[in-house]
Amino acid sequence: MKKLLVCAVLVLAVVQVAFAQGTLKVATEAGFMPFEFVAEDGSLQGFDMDLIRAVAAKLNMEIQIDNISWDGLIPALQNRNYDALIAGITITPERAQAVAFSDPYFESVLTIVVPAKNTDITGFDSLTGKTVAVQISTTGDYVAEEIEGVTILRFNTVAEAMQNVAMGTADAMIVDLPVSEAFLAAYPGAQLKNLGPVADHEFLGIAIHKENTELVEKVNWALAELKADGTYDAIYNKWFGVQE
Amino acid sequence: MDFRWDLVWSSMPVLLEGTRLTVQLTAIAVALGIVIGTIAGMARISRGPQKYIAAVYIDFIRGTPLLVQTFIVFYGLPGIIGRPLPAYWAAVMALSINSGAYVAEIVRSGIQSIDKGQTEAALSLGMTNGQAMRYIILPQAFKRIIPPLGNEFIALLKDSSLVSAIALEELVRKGQIVIGRTFRPFEVWMAVALIYLVMTFAVSRLVNIAEKRMKTDA
Repeated sequence: MKKLLVCAVLVLAVVQVAFAQGTLKVATEAGFMPFEFVAEDGSLQGFDMDLIRAVAAKLNMEIQIDNISWDGLIPALQNRNYDALIAGITITPERAQAVAFSDPYFESVLTIVVPAKNTDITGFDSLTGKTVAVQISTTGDYVAEEIEGVTILRFNTVAEAMQNVAMGTADAMIVDLPVSEAFLAAYPGAQLKNLGPVADHEFLGIAIHKENTELVEKVNWALAELKADGTYDAIYNKWFGVQE
Repeated sequence: MDFRWDLVWSSMPVLLEGTRLTVQLTAIAVALGIVIGTIAGMARISRGPQKYIAAVYIDFIRGTPLLVQTFIVFYGLPGIIGRPLPAYWAAVMALSINSGAYVAEIVRSGIQSIDKGQTEAALSLGMTNGQAMRYIILPQAFKRIIPPLGNEFIALLKDSSLVSAIALEELVRKGQIVIGRTFRPFEVWMAVALIYLVMTFAVSRLVNIAEKRMKTDA
């Protein structure tokens, strides 16, 4: 009986390996709490990380996630160094010309981060004549470019842009609201606040090579499955659950 | 892979804007670097406590990456001086201080390369140490310093790209911005490389000319 069980387990394991659909190679930029960040033990954690791991599991694929620089993400995908990108990437028409996107998996919105004592900055209009820090080539950067009379300081990471508001080198920062909430919660001593939602909602998508329509379909199928079976909600609540 | 030449040309206006800042930062840093480097280089070979201060400065700067020095100035200094330091001035400081250390070594080796007999001869003519340095040693050392100084200028021109990390929109940063809009890194980086190459080539030609002129004078 015992032997039979061992045999069964072995057969199952072999079947599992045989059915594994290879490795899903994913790149992210882990400076975007709570979507992706490097945990104290060095592992990549966050909403996006849990989601993409669940997607890979649904597709019966192994997963490898690399943490690379933000401005290198789309070029690395175009070079086919990776199969997919998940990095809190907003689906924009410009980006959609360069890469394919999965169905939206998250609804986000921009906010403005200012020093806690600040009262004169209330929205995009009041940024005229101010210095605004952003992460380079993010929607915050694109929005800042549209505001007249703004000096834009473009940094490689969200943390650096935020630091410049704290130091006073910049008057404000434009960034996704959930990210700003997570940063402010993680660094309560920073003396910063955000102004809540200040723009239209944007949708985050998983980026995939334009010619890889098969993977787009698979990922969309997996996302739909995860939403249907409650996994998506569980991950969402883990990272964005209301704690009141 | 198709190479889109049109993108190389269409990104030029933005890249040339960045080139202006690259040239400006490099020129200021080289000028300040020569001042700092001459003082530090002379201090390095003098007798007295300033010798050790200069040695520590030169060793620290040459032994640490410029990128790290830039971050120390930009993120560290405001805490000490108690007010924000604009990225532009942080970049000027970091580049000048960095260049100064390398120029100091160039100045030191230039002075030390002049034969000891020259100083002795000057002293035997009744010159003071200072006069011997000013009228005999430095003019000769200056000629020998020109080529390595030109190399330092070229190195700084290229290394100034590191200040892109503190949001200065010099040539490399402009390149990153263009890539953020076009998602064509190969074409844009080739355009950026081309601009650097034109600049470094021009500088090295100028240095060669200066070197030759100096030689015929001698």
